Formats: sequence, structure tokens, C-alpha cells
Amino acid sequence: MIKIITVYGSMLLVALGRTLLLALLGLFFACIIGMIFGILGVLKNRICNIVSQIFVDVIRGVPMIVLAFFVYFGVPYFFNTIIGGFSMSLTALQAGTICLALNCGAYMAEIVRAGIQSVDVGQMEAARSLGLTYGMAMRKVVLPQAIKTMIPTFINQFIITLKDTSILSVIGFPELVNTAKNVQANTFMSFQTWAIVGIMYLIVITILSRSAKRVERRLSVGR
Amino acid sequence: MEDKKEIKIKVSNLKKRFGDLEVLKDISTEVTKGEVVCVIGPSGSGKSTFLRCLNKLEDVTAGTIIIDGNDITKKQVNINHVRENIGMVFQHFNLFNNLNILDNLTLAPVQLKKCSRSEAVSRAKDMLKKVGLEDKTESFPSQLSGGQKQRVAIARALCMQPDIMLFDEPTSALDPEMVGEVLQVMKDLAADGMTMVIVTHEMGFAREVADRVIFMDGGYIVEEGTPQEVLLNPKEERTIDFLNKVL
Repeated sequence: MIKIITVYGSMLLVALGRTLLLALLGLFFACIIGMIFGILGVLKNRICNIVSQIFVDVIRGVPMIVLAFFVYFGVPYFFNTIIGGFSMSLTALQAGTICLALNCGAYMAEIVRAGIQSVDVGQMEAARSLGLTYGMAMRKVVLPQAIKTMIPTFINQFIITLKDTSILSVIGFPELVNTAKNVQANTFMSFQTWAIVGIMYLIVITILSRSAKRVERRLSVGR
Repeated sequence: MEDKKEIKIKVSNLKKRFGDLEVLKDISTEVTKGEVVCVIGPSGSGKSTFLRCLNKLEDVTAGTIIIDGNDITKKQVNINHVRENIGMVFQHFNLFNNLNILDNLTLAPVQLKKCSRSEAVSRAKDMLKKVGLEDKTESFPSQLSGGQKQRVAIARALCMQPDIMLFDEPTSALDPEMVGEVLQVMKDLAADGMTMVIVTHEMGFAREVADRVIFMDGGYIVEEGTPQEVLLNPKEERTIDFLNKVL
């Protein structure tokens, strides 16, 4: 175990850094996608609702490993070979980010939609009856209240997404799990390797959820 | 009504349907400037729906509603502009829970660029004084009692300087000892000459303050007239029935 830490420690730390980078990129775009599709889901427009619902259903109905293969291999193949004339290729980081953003974005959209719908309709009615537009009422009154109720579920989703980055080892992105596989292959010390990797995830996620709890508590005190 | 008073609200053949349920069947009435109209009737009679149609919180199924010359049932009329002139007070107050009292009052005037932030603040403070809550500017809605919340809600509506105020059962969600303070604010408002349409179960208030009482049942206006006529000498069977139950 000591040998793995001394010889491969820095390598695993770099890989952990890549895991975090991938998670952050994925989450960033997932937040944008989630906001857009979440709001489309609550607009009083049937077409918007249907678009949002289809997106969520499709992404949730496909395992992320399939989505990863599809984005990384399938989509370039579609453009380059089936349509032809393109020479598209995605790096593993790009494909991984797209995958996480879509996958996590779909769950975020549901969180956003549920959060907005949890705000009493009277809040929107009161704002509109003062002459505010739908957008103003949403931004100034409904969303601030919705976001507060969303935070615990958001944090939960963040943690799930961080763990989901391990699935992207299948498309060869050198994140923590993929790197650990190499370490195991070199050392044959599978027990020690995976114990160390497990502990690394555990530490990061514990820190994350602890600090998230603190943020949550601070936000609820302010009112 | 001999002298020609300016008509603020003119409702003609208003119908409203929720799916298969026809809530308003054929409503026609007028409200003149400065008039205080109380709408009474059993629950489910459509009185709240009627009120909510007046600022288009409910889309009407048929008929016209003309407010200051604008037919708000027409799509091309900018409803947001019309709503700026119509204050609305709800049964459940609907103060913005994420904002303190001062921000509740200044949000709409500032967002809609009715005035500068400092003007909005000073007007908000005036309005809070008017309803007796000038010391609550920094409080949040959750820290107020029901009666205080409803007085803030009235002040919030007044900050837009509306010509018309709509009240949807403003005292129905209040503890009995808080009803008086809200009704007092409304009486002051009526005395100032505000045009008001009030859906209420407070018969005493209707008798004292209303210029006209409308009794609704089953989606129709059954009877309307002065409080004397409708509350003390009702002609219609259904009005008599209803009044016997509530008085």
C-alpha cells in the first residue's frame, strides 16, 4: 500500500484532479441545460412542455454508458461516415463533458421544474397583478424562492455526477478510475489500489457534502 | 346615478368556463369612478372568478371587460399596462416571501420604472404609515401577523397608485380579532374615493361601506342594488335564503 502511494500517489492525485475538472465542466453545462429545460417545463406553452419532457425522458431512459459510447463513437461516425464529408472527432474530455452535461442536465431540469412548481401560485399571481411581466415575476419572486428549495436536491445531484465521472473511464478519459486500472495492471495489488481510490472519492465527497450542508444552513438562517 | 359618472369597469355578457364547468354564465355590470361595490354570495357562486377576470388572472371564455376604455379581453391590449392601474388584494396575502416588507412594496414600481428607487422608497414608507406599519420596513412577511400581512398587501397594491382596487375575500383567512384592522384600512380607502370591488363575507362591512351590493349565485348576478335594497329588503328567493343563513 505504501508502495502504491509513494510511486503512484502523484499520478492518482493528477487523475483525481481530472475527475474534478470533468465533474465541474459537466456540472456547469448541466446547470445551464437544467435551467433551460426546467423553465421550458413550467411555461404555459404546450410545445415547450413537450420539448422539455421528451428531453428528460430520452436522457433518463438511456444508461450513461450507452450515452457515452454514442457521443464519443456514434456521433462522429454519423457525421464522418454516414453523412460523409466531415472530419469530426471529439476528445474524451469533450465527449465526457457533453455526456455529463446531458445526463445531469436532465435530472437538473426535473429538479428546477419541481422547485418552481413548489412555489405557491399566489406568488406569481400577486406579482403579475402588480403589472410585472412573467419574466420579471419569475426572476424576482419565483426563482429566488424556488432555488432555496432546490439546493438540497442540487447538492445530491452534484455528488451523483461526481461519482458518475467514473463511468467515463470507458471512453478512455484518464480520470481516477481509468488511472487506477493502470496502476492495478502494473502492480497486481488490486485490493490496495481500489481501497485507495475508494478512500479518495470518499474524502472528496465528504468534504463536498459537509460544506454543502453549511451553505444550506446559512441560506435558511437568512430568512 | 342621475349625474353621468365616469365608468371605470364595464362588463358585458361575461362567461367563464373551466373545462366542462361553466362558472360564470352571463355577467353584465358596470362600476363607476369612486364606487365601492361588494360582491356577496355562497361559495362556488363564481364571485372570486368574476373578480379575477377583471384583471385577467383568468382568461375569459366569452364577453367583454372594458377597463378605462380598453377591452382587456382583446389580445392586442397590453394587460401588464392595464394591471398597473388595478391593485389586487388576495385572501392569502401573497406577500413575496423572499423580500422584506420595503422591497415587497418597491419591487413593482422600480422594476416597471414608474419612479426612481428613492421615490419608490419614500412612497412605500408613506403607504406603510397609512396602514400603521411604518416600523416594519425591514421585517420579512413570515414575521408578521395575518392582519399585518394583509395591511402590507394593501399598501403594496397602493404603491402602484392604482385607480381601481380589487379585494378577493381579504379578511377570510384572518383570525377574528384581526379582521377589524384590515376593514378599517379599507374604509379609509373608500373614504378617499378609491374605486373598489370587494368579494366579501363581511355583511356588516358591506352594509356600512358599499355603494352597491351584488349578490351572485350559480354563475349569475341574482340581484344588485344599494345595501338597503339587497341586504335589508331582498326580493329574490335565493338572496333571502343566503342572507338567512349568514346573518
